Amino acid sequence: MATETTGEESSLVFHPMDQFIVEPLFGNGPVSWYTPTNVTLWMALAVIGVILLLVLGTSRRAIVPNRTQSIAELAYGFVYKMVEDVAGKDAVGFFPYIMTLFMFIVFANFLGLVPTAFTTTSHFAVTVLLALAVFLTVTIVGFVKNGTKFLGLFWVESAPLLLRPILAVIEIISYFVRPVSHSIRLAGNLMAGHAVIKVFAGFAAIALVSPLSVLAITAMYGLEVLVAFIQAYVFTILTCVYLKDALHPSH
Amino acid sequence: MATETTGQTASTCVGADGSAIGMPQLCFDWWPNQIFWLVLTLVVIYVVLSRVALPRISAVLAERAGTITNDIAAAEELKQKAKEAEEAYQKALADARAEAQRIAAETKAGIQAELDAEMEKADAEIAARTAESEKAIAEIQASAMDSVKDVAKDVAKDIVGAMGGEADGRTVTAAVNARLKGQAS
Repeated sequence: MATETTGEESSLVFHPMDQFIVEPLFGNGPVSWYTPTNVTLWMALAVIGVILLLVLGTSRRAIVPNRTQSIAELAYGFVYKMVEDVAGKDAVGFFPYIMTLFMFIVFANFLGLVPTAFTTTSHFAVTVLLALAVFLTVTIVGFVKNGTKFLGLFWVESAPLLLRPILAVIEIISYFVRPVSHSIRLAGNLMAGHAVIKVFAGFAAIALVSPLSVLAITAMYGLEVLVAFIQAYVFTILTCVYLKDALHPSH
Repeated sequence: MATETTGQTASTCVGADGSAIGMPQLCFDWWPNQIFWLVLTLVVIYVVLSRVALPRISAVLAERAGTITNDIAAAEELKQKAKEAEEAYQKALADARAEAQRIAAETKAGIQAELDAEMEKADAEIAARTAESEKAIAEIQASAMDSVKDVAKDVAKDIVGAMGGEADGRTVTAAVNARLKGQAS
């Protein structure tokens, strides 16, 4: 997929994956763990966005909110209700953590939609870490709160005794697949969308196809706006679901 | 689709022409960098949210809920007050009406009593006057009767005298009296 240059149409060059390259912000040196890169830049922008919305937006503490404060309160209510409804009232202590995940993913996704932006959440490094953090949190919380009863999650009491060991194997596999699907779903969706837009953009070089190409990019962009929010929502709600399993392991 | 991933330098993930080789997502050389910045980002967001943003928003929401509850309670109270005021007004109106009726009745009764008293007084006066008049009439009648008697006696005496008889006063009087009595009865 790197450089697909066809013979007769040398102008048609696709580099759909170039937008995901991590490069240093200053100079051209190697990327070590502390190097400020485009990852740093766009994550910093996400942090600034979160602070602008949730801290500066609410600085008036108005009883009758202005627009920014309304959005901040909406985001707060949205995630709070999700935690309360899906994970249960005793999961409210995890609300700041889940809110952090949601706000970061939402801002990273939408900032990634800015043309020429770098989408941090399209990288497995980012989503795998997020998913692993959720997985570890859920597992540790499950054992701390319920002790060995947490293993009841894998031992389906309502099934016939004969089936239980088989179900237990399936449950354990599905439990350990969770972080994989959790992370690949987010990164995969964003990467695919951005890559497809880039491919359409490559077709715009042909004059005959370019109107169609622009139209397709526009449509894809609209879809990506949806995906940006939906994937953040899905990631967050799945975190709540896993948390519910940890707090109430009975089926 | 190149799949060289682990243990290579950055240059193996990016080709000589500056385009990516394979999926940049699977270039593990970049992972430490991404993970470091991600952890930093998450920690910053978490601290900002849990220390500043979330307590503030929850305080604002609680305050708003409190304000709304208070306002509703105040409105309820005012409504109750308005109702009470209306009731008091209606009561005052009814009282005033009753009072007016009472005063009217009292006045009417007073006037009636006065009127009755005046009537009675007038009746009594009329009765007294009537009695007086009757008495006067009776007196006049009596005196007239006496005069008639006198005139009759005198005339009788004169007639008897003229007829040549000796008129005995007492006999004539008795005769006239008898005659008058007989006429009267």
